Order: sequence, then structure tokens, then C-alpha cells
Amino acid sequence: MVNKYIKRIYTIAIFLFLYAPIILLIIFSFNKSKSLSSWDGFSLKWYIELFNDKHIMKSLYYTLLCAVLSSIIATIIGTFAAFGIFNMKKIQRKIILNLNNLPLLNPDIVTGISLMLLFAFLSRYKLRLGFLTMLIAHITFNIPYVILSVLPKLKQMNKDIYLAAMDLGATPFYAFKKIVFPEILPGIITGMLIAFTMSVDDFVISYFTTGNGVSNLSITIYSMTRRGIKPTINALSTILFTVVLSLLLVVNKRSKSIKDLT
Amino acid sequence: MKKNVLLVLIIILSLSFLYGCSSNDEVVLNVYNWGDYIDESVLDDFTNETGIKINYETYPTNEDMLVKLTQGGSNYDVVFPSDYMIEKMKKEGMLSKLDKSLIPNLENIDENFSNLEFDKGYEYSVPYFWGTVGILYNKNMVDDKVDSWDILWDEKYKDQILMMDSQRDTIMVAQKKLGYSMNSKNVEELEKAKELLIAQKPLVLAYVGDNVKDMMIQGEAALAVVWSGEAYGVMSEHEEFGFALPKEGSNYWFDNIVIPKDAKNKEAAHKFINFLLDPEIGFRNTDYVGYSTPNKKTFEMLDDEVKARKGAYPSDELLENFEVFLDPGDFIEEYNRVWTEFKAAN
Repeated sequence: MVNKYIKRIYTIAIFLFLYAPIILLIIFSFNKSKSLSSWDGFSLKWYIELFNDKHIMKSLYYTLLCAVLSSIIATIIGTFAAFGIFNMKKIQRKIILNLNNLPLLNPDIVTGISLMLLFAFLSRYKLRLGFLTMLIAHITFNIPYVILSVLPKLKQMNKDIYLAAMDLGATPFYAFKKIVFPEILPGIITGMLIAFTMSVDDFVISYFTTGNGVSNLSITIYSMTRRGIKPTINALSTILFTVVLSLLLVVNKRSKSIKDLT
Repeated sequence: MKKNVLLVLIIILSLSFLYGCSSNDEVVLNVYNWGDYIDESVLDDFTNETGIKINYETYPTNEDMLVKLTQGGSNYDVVFPSDYMIEKMKKEGMLSKLDKSLIPNLENIDENFSNLEFDKGYEYSVPYFWGTVGILYNKNMVDDKVDSWDILWDEKYKDQILMMDSQRDTIMVAQKKLGYSMNSKNVEELEKAKELLIAQKPLVLAYVGDNVKDMMIQGEAALAVVWSGEAYGVMSEHEEFGFALPKEGSNYWFDNIVIPKDAKNKEAAHKFINFLLDPEIGFRNTDYVGYSTPNKKTFEMLDDEVKARKGAYPSDELLENFEVFLDPGDFIEEYNRVWTEFKAAN
């Protein structure tokens, strides 16, 4: 009995700990004054201001475009890479996997600076810092995450089914599409989601690899720090949070109804 | 299968589209400013008036800006560094000399700012915004007159004082109280400033950064050393606060407009600077940002309530004791040592 209570309190405490900052952020997006700590009455003015703020809206556009493109491209490259690594000999696989882990362990600032130096070097061939360079950088740091989330799924898979398909006359690509791909799909989706969030989240690497008027949300928000973060950012975060939450709910509901059917 | 091909095609198309965007021939001005530091409708007006497009990007600190500027790969035409950063960039030959004949609106700038230590006679830079450092106080908790740094050493306000957790800003307070220059390169003066700060330590509630505003609003402290812009931000929403500049003098800072040496569109950059110095445009920016404008004509257009802000627009005689931070060169080691010793003292 007591045990049950403790369990419940513990769960509530954990969720409170996780969600209290977000709830606070949502509440203060409706604050009348600019203050982020004292409540002065309800108003929607920060939402109106948000949609009128061209700089923030433009950053949002670049952020989402970059996140979508980089996660899709990184997922495609990463999935094939994972399949390739999976089929390697053991020593080869170990070497490649360690190489794959390096960028993950490398501090962002090192990745960011080295990419910036590379792009600055390439600038003599007319490559200018901007959206393209930021996108390339994001794809670069996203690929290892995709590989790491696809590989375990490949290991779980029964390799014999794939070989059997080829025995029965399937081309390697056809076998991959029909046998391997459905098996590892959950891993691919996880990898893509991680890549997406990493891309939306990234400040350091983006800061050093972008230029010429292109900046993503993290850069725009961070550059506001001297003058103080405005509640428009709260409003934006609230909208993003609601969108992600409803997306998750829809996805969950769909996968549930599919499960019920089968 | 078809879907996949379509997807790849879309990606390639959108990429080439984006790439195509960045390589056209019309004049595009790359402006690099602090975040949230301009009324952005001003940028559209400039484009409508001159046909010059603006690529607007923002940075969080002077140092971040410097990195992007020195590394190459991107090109900026107009940048807004602060005083000490201008001094540094000037020393390193990163700035381009201004052609004053292209900036007729320069005459709108207050003569008080024409001979600032870091750039005499607007050779490389033109003031954009400026501000001061003073004492923000809660009128309900402070009944003495606030007009001197001395009040921060008053036993009466023990544990109600907030100081900045920032090396030169805090040493400056002690230096000014002692009547020294805040750019002093005299070890003896620095030692005395250190003793004074150590003596003040028991009275100070905390050495703080950005949270100073919230601590003051919540009534945790009565007195705080803050920037003028922040002080008036707090005061516009909370009537119980006042802001005063000490008679011993203090620090005033500047964010100036410069053109980097390797800017590609120097003529357009001059046009943009001249545009920003226009009284009407200056008024819109001042109204949005809320810091002090160096533009005399813009100042005339401000509300009487804003004009009366002694802390943001101090009288000329008070200004005489104000100084801009200068780069102390190798002597910074002494400042670092004094700061560490002060921090470690009990």
C-alpha cells in the first residue's frame, strides 16, 4: 500500500522535474509584460509579435528546411552505410565503427571549427558560407547517429531470410527492399528522428558554418542574449512543443490502430 | 521505387534552387548586427528607397563576431562592434576608413562623441547606440540620496547590494570611487581598488550576471550596479525603481558602425550608414531598442519622459568624469591577478 504511494509520488516527481520548465515557458508566453519571472496578466501579444517578426520567421524556415533535408539525406546515406558495415569482416567493421564513433565523441566546437576551416579553404572555389554549407555540416554530424540506430536492428535480423530471398532469385537491391528494409524500419525512423532533433538543436556547428544572412533559430535566439530573451521565443517554443506533441499523439494512435487490426 | 526517385529529384532541385539564389549580380549588402538591435522595418525601407537588398545576420558577442569576420568564407559590409573591439580591430588593420563626404548625416551626431579614445574624429566608426553604468535602486528600500558610489559601501545596506560578476566593470567601480582612471596602468592604484572591493565583500549579497533584473524586481536587494539600458527596461514596468549615475563618474560604452577592410560593397555600406543616422530612422531604432541615441536630432524627437532620463542622457558636466574602456594590452595580466585575488579573499 505504502509502496504503491511511493511509486506514484516518484513517477509524478520525475515527470514534474522533466516538464516543469516547459510548463513555465508556456505560461510565460502568455504574459503581458516582458518579464520572464513575474506574471502581469494574460495577453496574446507575443504571438502576434512573433508572426510579425521577419527575422525569427526566416530563421524558423531555415531551421525546419535544414532539419528536414539533412535528416532525410543523412538517413539515406546512413542506412546504406550501416548495411555495408554490417556485411563487412569483423576487423574491418570494428575499425569503421570506431571511426564512426569519433565524430560523436568529438566536441561540437572542434567539428564546427574544422568544418568552417574546410569551407573557408573551399571559398576560393566560389563556395560561400550559407545555407548549403550549413546543410552539409548538419548531414555530416547526423550520419553517425543514423548508423548507430540502424546497426542494432540489422544485428537482430535473421540474415538467412535475406540469403534465402537471393537464393530464390531476388537481386540484392530487391532483397534489401523487400526483406531487410521492413525489418530495420523502426531503427531507420528512430535514426531520422534523432537526426532531426540534433539538427534543430544545434548551435555551435551551425554558427561557424553559416553566413551571408542565413541563420537558424538557435543562432537567432542565442544572439538575443545581450538584450534579453523576448517572450516571443516562449511563444515560438510553445507552438513547436504543441506541434511535436500532437504529431506524437497522432503517430501513436495510428500505430496502435494498426496493431489492433493485425 | 518511383517515390524514391521523386524524393531525390526534389532534394536536388531545391538544393540547386538555393544555390542559384546566392549567386546573382545585384548589389546585396551583408549586415552583421547584435541580436534584436534594430527595428527591422527600417531594413525594408532602405531596400525600397535605394534598391539595395540587405542580408541581415546577428551575433551574440563581440568575440563571436570577430571569429566569423577573421575566418573568411563569408563577407560582411556593415558591422556594429563595441568600443574596445573597435580599438582591437583597428590595431589589427581590419577596418576600412570612412569616407565622410558620403555620410552627410554625420553632423547629426552629438559633438561630445566626436573624440572618443578608441576612434578619434570618426575615422573608422560612427556611434550607433551608447549607454552608461550606474546604480539601480528600489525607492521603497533606500531613503538616502543615491548620487555616489559611496552608498555601495554603506553598512546600512548590508546584504542588499548586488555587484556585477564581471572583472573590469567591478574593478571600475572601486577605481572611480577612489578617483582613479578606470584604464589605470598603475599597480598601486589597482591594489588600492582591490582592498576597497575586499572591504565591500561582507556587504554584498551576490556578484551576479543576467539575473540582476529579476533579483531586483523580486525585492531581494535594494541596490545594484547595472547598465542604463537594463535599468530603464526595469523602470518602464516597475515604478518603485530609480536609476542614478554616480558623481565620481563611471563607464560609458559605445556600439559603433564600421565597415570591414574586405567589404565588397563599400559604397552601399556608406549609404546604409548615412541612412541609419537619419533622425527619423534613428528615432524608430531608439524607440525599439531603448538605449541612448548619439543622434542630436533624434534626441529632440523623443518623448519628454525619455529626454528627462538623467541616467541615460547625463548632463555634459557629469559626462566629463566618464570614460570608455580601453584595451590595457599586456597590463591585463595585472587586472586578472587583482580580480583573482579579490575573488579568493574572505
